[in-house]
Amino acid sequence: MIQKKKKKSRREFLKMAAAGAAGMLVVTLIPKPSSGQRIHDIEEAGQLERAPDWMEHYYAYVVDTTKCIGCGACVRACRRENDTPEEYFRTWVERYQITDTGHVYIDAPNGGHDSFPPRDVPGNVVKGFFLPKICNHCRNTPCTQVCPVNASYESPQGAVLVDKKSCIGCGYCVQACPYDTRYIDPRTHTADKCTWCYHRITKGLMPACVTVCPTKARLFGDLKKKDSPVKEIIDTKRVMVLKPELNTEPYCFYIGLDKSVR
Amino acid sequence: MIYTEFSFPNDSHIIWSLMIVTYPYISGIMAGAFSIAALYYGFGMSSLRPVSRFSLLVSFSFLSCATLPLLNHLGHPERAFNVMIMPNHRSAIGGFGYIYMVFLTILVLIIWFSYRDEVIRAANAATGLKKRILEASLLWNLNSDSQTQAVDRIVVFYLVAFGIPSMAVLSGYVGFLFGSLKSNPWWSTPVMPFVFFVSGIMSGLALVTLFYLYLGWFGHLEKSPACLRTLGALLWFSTVLYIVLEAVELLYFYYESSDAWFVISTLLLTKLKYSFFFLQLGIGLGVAFVLLSAMFALRVDETTFAKLAAVASVYILFEVWMMRWNIVVGGQLFSKSYVGFREYHPQWLDQEGILAAIVFTLLPFLVLYIVTRLLSVHPLPEEDEMESAGSPRVVIE
Repeated sequence: MIQKKKKKSRREFLKMAAAGAAGMLVVTLIPKPSSGQRIHDIEEAGQLERAPDWMEHYYAYVVDTTKCIGCGACVRACRRENDTPEEYFRTWVERYQITDTGHVYIDAPNGGHDSFPPRDVPGNVVKGFFLPKICNHCRNTPCTQVCPVNASYESPQGAVLVDKKSCIGCGYCVQACPYDTRYIDPRTHTADKCTWCYHRITKGLMPACVTVCPTKARLFGDLKKKDSPVKEIIDTKRVMVLKPELNTEPYCFYIGLDKSVR
Repeated sequence: MIYTEFSFPNDSHIIWSLMIVTYPYISGIMAGAFSIAALYYGFGMSSLRPVSRFSLLVSFSFLSCATLPLLNHLGHPERAFNVMIMPNHRSAIGGFGYIYMVFLTILVLIIWFSYRDEVIRAANAATGLKKRILEASLLWNLNSDSQTQAVDRIVVFYLVAFGIPSMAVLSGYVGFLFGSLKSNPWWSTPVMPFVFFVSGIMSGLALVTLFYLYLGWFGHLEKSPACLRTLGALLWFSTVLYIVLEAVELLYFYYESSDAWFVISTLLLTKLKYSFFFLQLGIGLGVAFVLLSAMFALRVDETTFAKLAAVASVYILFEVWMMRWNIVVGGQLFSKSYVGFREYHPQWLDQEGILAAIVFTLLPFLVLYIVTRLLSVHPLPEEDEMESAGSPRVVIE
C-alpha cells in the first residue's frame, strides 16, 4: 500500500509539474495592459484597462441596434448589479414594430426585463427591432445643469453621477432629462440613474449590461485609447444619438438608429 | 408615421404634484399684493392708498409661507439649506434661496419703516415687558419727529424701487424654472416667466380686492370708490395681458407645428380638455373677463361694481389656480416619448395630497390674521405732510 502510494505521488508530481508549466504559459498569455497589450483585445475580451492615473480615461457607450435580440439579460444584470427599485429602470429595452401602413407600435413590458413575449399588431410588420436605452451621459447635460446643490455631476471620466448624500430630492433633474433615464428612488428619496456601473469600471470591469450582452450589441470603451473598439466605431462608422436636436451631446452612440425612434 | 401610445418605463409617476401647484399660486398672490403697495409707495397712485399698507401685510403673509409646500415636496427637506450654502450657479433653482431672501428682507424693511411711527406710539404708551419688546423691535430708536418720518418715507420709496424688480424676479422665476426645460415642450417657452408673473399679479390683485371689499363692508377700511375702480382697472388690464400671453403661446406652438405641437395638441384635446378649455379658459378667464369688462362698459353703480368685482375676483383666483394645475401637472401627463400619456389623481391624505395643499394654501391666511392683530390695516395717515416733506413720490391721480 505504502509503495503504491509512493509510486502514485511520483506520477502525480510529474502531472502537477506539467500542469504548472502549462498554467504559467497561460498566465503569460493573459492580456496585461502594462506589457503593451492592445486595448482593442482587452476591451474585446470584456475588460477595461485601468491606467495608473484614473484621470487618464474618458468613456463612451455604443449600442448596435442591429445586434440586439431583446433577450433582456442586460436589464436583469443591471437590476442585480445595482439593486434598482422594482418599478424603475437604469436601462431598458424597447421593441419597435412598424407596419406597411406606417403605424409604429412600441412596447417595453417591464422594461424588457423578462424579454419580449410575442405581440400581434394590426397589419403587416415590415420593420422591427429592439432598442436598448440607458442614461446618455451627455456632455451638455441638462440634469447636472439644473441640480441646485451640485449633487448631480459629471465625473472626469465622462460618467454622469449622483451624490446621494447631497441630493435634496427636488426632482428637477428628473424633469430635465429628455430621455427619462432618471427617477426618484422611493427608498432613498434621491435621484438615481445609470452610472455605467462606475463601481465596476473603476476596477477595470465592463458595466454589467455590457458584460452579459450575448450579441455584443452593447459596447463600452475608453476614448482616450487610440485602438479602443468603441473609439474606432465612433470615429469610423455612421453613428447617431437620441434627440440630437436638443444639443445635449450624448456619449451613448447608436448604430442603425431608425427615424421612428422616440 | 402614426404612433400608438407608448410611455418610457420610468414615466410611471408624477413627480411635481400639488405642492408645486401650490407654491406658484402662493408666490403669485404675494407678487400681486406687493404690486399694489408698489404702485402707491413707488409711483404715487394715490387712489390705492386705502389698501396700500394692508397689501404689504398680505404680501408678507403669503411670502412667509411660500417655501413650505416646496419643503414638503423635497425628498430631503433637511438638506434644503444646501441650496443657500453650496448652490450650483448654473442651476435655475440655485439662485432661489438668494432671490427669496433678498425680497423677504426688502419687504420686511418696507413694513418696518411703514409701521415705525405706530410702533413708537405703542411703545411710548406701553409698560413693562411689552414696552421692552416694542423698543427692541424698533432697535431702541424712538425718534419720530417730522424729519425722521420724512426720511422713513424716502427710505420706503427706495426700498420699493428695489422691491419691484425683486418681486418680479421671484414671481417670474418659477416660470423660468419651467420655461427653461427643453425636455418638456409644454413648458419650454420663453413666454412662461411672463405668464406666471402676470397671472400672479392677477391673483394678488383679486385677493386684495376681495379683502378690501370684505374689510370695507365690515368697516375696517374706508370705502373708496376710486380705490375699487383702480383695483378693477388693474385687474382688467392684467387679465387682458394674460389672455394675450396665453394666446401668443398657443398660437406659437400651433403655427410652428413642430414635433411639440403633436403632443401639446393631443394633451389639450384629451387630458386637459376639461381642465384647460372649460375650467381655466371658459369658467375662470372667460367669466372673469366678461364681468370685469361689464363693470366698466355698462357704467354700473358703485354697489353693482363692487359685487361684480367680488365675483370676478373669485373667478380669477380660480382661473389662476387652474392655470398652475394645467401647467405643472399637465406638463407631466405625457411621457417624454411624446406619444404616451398617463393619469394623475391626487389623493387626500398623501404627503403631497389634497389636504396638504389646502393646509398650505390656507396657512398664509392664518398668518395674515395674526399679523393684522399686531399691525394696523389702515393706510399711513399724513399723506399731505408727506408730500410737503420732500418725499420723491410722484402723484398720479
